[in-house]
Amino acid sequence: MLTYTIRRLFLSLPTLLFISLVIFLLLQLAPGDPMAQVPLTVPPEVKERMREALGLGEPVHVQYWKWLVQFFWVEPQVIIDNWFGTSFSEGKLRVLSWQTRSPVMDIVVQRMPQTLWVVGMSYIVGILIALPIGIYSAYRQYSLFDQAGTFVSMIGFSIPPFFSGVLVIVIFSVNLGWFPSIYDTTHVVTDWASFKVQLQQMVMPVMVLALQTTAQISRFMRASMLDNLNQDYVRTARAKGLKESVVVMVHVLRNSMIPIITVIALGIPAIFGGAIITETLFKVNGIGQLLLTALFANDLPMVMTLTFIFAILIVLFNLIADVLYGVLDPRIRYD
Amino acid sequence: MTDQNAEIETFGALKDKEPQKEPRSQWRDVWDQFRKHKGALIGGGFLLFITLFVLIGPLVWQVDPKALDIRNKDLRPVYTLLWDSQANVLWSRPFGTDNLGRDIMATLIAGGQASLAVGWAAMILSLVIGTMVGVTAGYFKRLDGILMRITDLFLSLPILPLLLVAVTLFRQPLRATFGPEGGMFILIVGIIGITSWMPTARIVRGEILALKEREFVLAARSIGTTPFLIIRRHLLPNVISPIMVSATLGLATAIITESALSFLGVGFPSDFPTWGKLLSDAVPRMEEFPERVMLPGILISLTVLSVNYLGDGLRDALDPRIRGR
Repeated sequence: MLTYTIRRLFLSLPTLLFISLVIFLLLQLAPGDPMAQVPLTVPPEVKERMREALGLGEPVHVQYWKWLVQFFWVEPQVIIDNWFGTSFSEGKLRVLSWQTRSPVMDIVVQRMPQTLWVVGMSYIVGILIALPIGIYSAYRQYSLFDQAGTFVSMIGFSIPPFFSGVLVIVIFSVNLGWFPSIYDTTHVVTDWASFKVQLQQMVMPVMVLALQTTAQISRFMRASMLDNLNQDYVRTARAKGLKESVVVMVHVLRNSMIPIITVIALGIPAIFGGAIITETLFKVNGIGQLLLTALFANDLPMVMTLTFIFAILIVLFNLIADVLYGVLDPRIRYD
Repeated sequence: MTDQNAEIETFGALKDKEPQKEPRSQWRDVWDQFRKHKGALIGGGFLLFITLFVLIGPLVWQVDPKALDIRNKDLRPVYTLLWDSQANVLWSRPFGTDNLGRDIMATLIAGGQASLAVGWAAMILSLVIGTMVGVTAGYFKRLDGILMRITDLFLSLPILPLLLVAVTLFRQPLRATFGPEGGMFILIVGIIGITSWMPTARIVRGEILALKEREFVLAARSIGTTPFLIIRRHLLPNVISPIMVSATLGLATAIITESALSFLGVGFPSDFPTWGKLLSDAVPRMEEFPERVMLPGILISLTVLSVNYLGDGLRDALDPRIRGR
């Protein structure tokens, strides 16, 4: 198992390199000019020097190599410096944002908690709702509850987040006035009252994202439970005289969770992508919103780094899902 | 002659006791099974209705969606009269007008044309790419490894961020070449198509791998049929059902993706309505005019919902193991 994990880790390196090359070339092909915002009164030769200061004068392969070195060699050193107080990265050039002239990773680290709070919480809430629904729909297949569950998850699949988000804003924030429509990221939780405010502003974005998670995972859970409920070992367990709750909640559930856990792991990066829309809608200044503003401002290093972080998340969670599958299911051996 | 008769008599037990039923075609069976799925039937009906609505709509409702009528701006839909008799409505504008006096009914029809056209075109493009990659990878063993690696690579690309990047970056040159609307259409359809063919390719490859070991393919090869003809005559008709199911899913995702791009402000130009664009334009004033958000949103959701149900029914109807049960 360990050798398999290590082999996969090494195999994912060329994949990541290739993806970074694709993103880099895509950005290079782009006609957008980072100097477009500079006033027309600035003379062309000054503009040319500004361009060189951004590293744009170099050939493409040199630019790519510099980005690789900065991302894979300098940035980890910065992390080590931060953790252990060493000074490996002193004087080395980091990936700089063209908008703010500050290191991209610093901004990402500032924005990450907001995204993680909203996205992570919504994923957990979605899973917690989805699992019981899936279990009960499978146990009472074709019952009224099952039909209703199928219908609700179809709706969850079909309503895009930018509509469900607007819908909950109209209902709960405009008409009923229960929740604020804008997520205030500067809010600090100090006591019970401020905790309530934090909870209130999180309800809507979390519910919008959770609706999609719930729709997907409850369907998978139902299908997986149905596969297992008709197996021979379930009949054996019942014949032994085990209680129905033990049969379903211990024997069947544990076996059904194997594929579900991999589905959950695979869904995490997709949630980050979907959060771009939700973050825009509720004005959460997380990394999705950061990507959008960077795009509109032609801030190529920021776009490049953020897109690449998304790619790393996808590759990493694919790997985690595969390894988990092998760990949880003794029938699967990667040797 | 007499020998043969005697032989047939021996197998008398195998004779049909009742008159033979009329032969049934495969598509008749498929339709019978499809009809049993109420959701799929309603979904298909609604998709047909919405398609006719946007195609025939402009002929019936002859109001120019771009015509400004500033005196009659900000009208409410007529149904607001039900609870508010003071509402500012006009019977000739059944869904009201927007802040520039454009008729909402007409913009909804025009927006539907754009959204559905993008959805269908992107779906067909991704199906063509996916089927080609899948068939090639499944049939030609030498290309299998490399094509599937490429598919895996595409699957690990972050799709939504890349879509955003590509649309913002390539907007200008394509607009310059094909005009603001044509260029945007080509860009959005192309990008959605290029980033969504992978599931189709995987499914088709799997089916082809199993099919090509069957005897009828061997028979076709043994009489000297060329690979291209085998694929066209024997393999493609057999993978049509998974392709159709992934077509419905592709249509749903393409419509949602286009709306999402429009919503984030990187879609079509501002005077060219699509459902997603109408929705996002209406968000700032949704407190006063909730219907401008609700109507396009409901149309998008209902279309996608009906397509999803259609796909569900098609999957059951096209699977011979489920059909007839």
